[in-house]
Amino acid sequence: MKAYIRSAVAISPQKTFNNPTFLDDPAEYRNSRLTSIEPDYSEAIDPRSIRRMSRIIKMSVASALACLKDAGIANPDAIVTGTAYGCLEDTGIFLTNIIQENEEPVTPVAFVQSTHNTIGAQMALLIKCSRYNNTFVSGGASFENALLDALMLLSENNAANILVGGMDEITDTSHTVLSRLGLYKRQPLSNLNLFNTNSKGTINGEGAAFFLLKNTSSPNDLACIDAVATFYKPEAATELRQFINSFLVSESINYSDIDLLILGNNGDSKNDEIYSQLQQSVFKGTLSINYKHLCGEYPTSTAFAAWLAANIIKKNNIPVIFNQGKISKNKINKILIYNHYQNIYHSLILMSSC
Amino acid sequence: MNDPVFVVGVGVISGIGNNVAECLDALVEGKTGIDKIKYLRTNHSDLLPAAEVKLTNDELSAMSGLAPATSRTAMLSMIAAQEAWAHSGLKKNIPSLRTGFVSASTTGGIDKTEEFLTHFLIDNNKGKLRDIINHECDSITTMVADKLGIRNHISTISTACSSSANAIMYGARLIKHNMLDAVVAGGTDALTRFTLNGFNTLLVLDGKYCRPFDENRSGLNLGEGAGYVVLVSERVASLLKRDPYCALTGYFNANDAYHQTSTSVNGDGPYMAMSGALEMGGLQPSDIDYINLHGTGTQNNDSSEGAAIQRLFHPHYPKMSSTKSFTGHTLGASAGVEAVFSVLAVHHGMIYPNLRLQTPMSAFPFVPETAFSRQADLKHVLSNSVGFGGNCSSLIFSKL
Repeated sequence: MKAYIRSAVAISPQKTFNNPTFLDDPAEYRNSRLTSIEPDYSEAIDPRSIRRMSRIIKMSVASALACLKDAGIANPDAIVTGTAYGCLEDTGIFLTNIIQENEEPVTPVAFVQSTHNTIGAQMALLIKCSRYNNTFVSGGASFENALLDALMLLSENNAANILVGGMDEITDTSHTVLSRLGLYKRQPLSNLNLFNTNSKGTINGEGAAFFLLKNTSSPNDLACIDAVATFYKPEAATELRQFINSFLVSESINYSDIDLLILGNNGDSKNDEIYSQLQQSVFKGTLSINYKHLCGEYPTSTAFAAWLAANIIKKNNIPVIFNQGKISKNKINKILIYNHYQNIYHSLILMSSC
Repeated sequence: MNDPVFVVGVGVISGIGNNVAECLDALVEGKTGIDKIKYLRTNHSDLLPAAEVKLTNDELSAMSGLAPATSRTAMLSMIAAQEAWAHSGLKKNIPSLRTGFVSASTTGGIDKTEEFLTHFLIDNNKGKLRDIINHECDSITTMVADKLGIRNHISTISTACSSSANAIMYGARLIKHNMLDAVVAGGTDALTRFTLNGFNTLLVLDGKYCRPFDENRSGLNLGEGAGYVVLVSERVASLLKRDPYCALTGYFNANDAYHQTSTSVNGDGPYMAMSGALEMGGLQPSDIDYINLHGTGTQNNDSSEGAAIQRLFHPHYPKMSSTKSFTGHTLGASAGVEAVFSVLAVHHGMIYPNLRLQTPMSAFPFVPETAFSRQADLKHVLSNSVGFGGNCSSLIFSKL
């Protein structure tokens, strides 16, 4: 199972969409909520379709359409999406409507667009794609399962090219609720200083990232996805190390083969302990960077990380914002993304140069 | 990759019974689960019938072992998944298996979110946080997986009314790719004000008991429930003392790509799903003995699904019926509930009636079954699912 990334497009709290530069002008936020920098959608989506779309649908459809365009694929063999929260804004609108109108809601529009598969469905409708269409809502492993589904489809020989994406949105309600749950920093702080605080809480993030995966190589590929794996609620640190070891064994690589680790540190001291323990053991000596100061913490942030990894491999360049200084290796051939979301799902995504 | 996958356990809870045996009795006796709404607190209880599970949340809590304040969706899931898992005998007999839980849902813990928001909308500092933490569908899945003791793979799928069919497909593929030995796969959805009002606003709910595939049908009734099958590889099946129920020989996922909430006139989506499943199973249309229809009772679904069946099967139609005339439309759970019914149909050689069918649809030359019957040589059962967003999936269960 190996997939060639023909194109990758992200809309995120950074200037990642329609931008030829690579994170060289990082956006700074001074509170705990990072918001996607959205493009003028009228250039990306038919204005007649935009009117009813919520923010998450617009972000996702615009990046998915751009991804297809970049890859030169009009109609993929499958569309697979991963989203923990789904269409939260529409869900909230319809629920509020039911409560406030005493169960006499005026219009079904928000209800119709509240289903988790709306994004995959809208894409199928817009490009008239009647092939395989699936949506994972697996919390912090939603994007990983979408990726696994895509890799399996490619190896089943039923699909040559697959559009796969991960997306989640913040709404005012979700931000208030998640803040009440104590997830975020209480003190104002710049996202660019996220890893210098050693305090409780992280920063909230969102975004959509899409990839066009192919089963054959081409000169324009950004990178390859070699494998993805998830691990559920490890009971001890040894179990986690065992999971990572087995993953590397199954991919026939050693720790020294990993040129760069992309880690899911989110600035919450307790959350990040897991990463530092691994960096003192199995990941000791491996070059690593964090990414959540740029996109914030959310269940499908690994889609942003995969977008980042694909670009680092393609450009053979780690942007200055990651503070890595000079890299000793000439070429970044292998990147391992390791993330855990609230210590429920742990995941590994291995990517390499093609 | 084309190794067969076997069904070795089933579990179900729905408006017609709290377990496999009770549901089977109701199917044999033709007893519908649709009734006046009694358990969900809603203004529509006098106007819109539904097939509720006939238990209060406290009773479900006692049965499931989950706290009474838990989402009803989780309790339904727990009861049906536990039945399927225990019934398979895998945990007891082969505890070292790599086991997964792939569950589907459309609304997750939204019943509790409704309660939370009622208070939150008045004051953003109000609303019990315990009512909102399980909003996500995945929370329901992990809660149940933890109680079942399954942890090698946990995932959740949500593709509207075809969700559970895709969960069963994904589970089967994880086994075929040798990532797992066994998977509990299916789905769950409780009746909620969110879905009841949503479908009511879409004007697709029948104020009377639904009449799938009737010329004079006028909409669907919602239901609630959960249904799971336990899938294993051939190797694992051979280790069990008891023979598997049947094999999952075909499945296919396609998108109708026509409209967000309605299906194309010619039934392109259901046609592709059914023919793809047949092709995968190496079967001809004439091999199918019974179709468990999606058959919601809406004008659009039954016309579209019927057109697809006509295109694929004419002039030799298998027997068919919509068991939604018993269970109502259980949304994300429906393909799980109906997979269990289909497995039982193959295993016991039974064909279920399509209740309340008086005037068959004039557009089609076929007529769904109106009486229960037994057919000892029943070999292949096709189960259809069609959902919002054009998501169509079909499954084929075959006698060994």
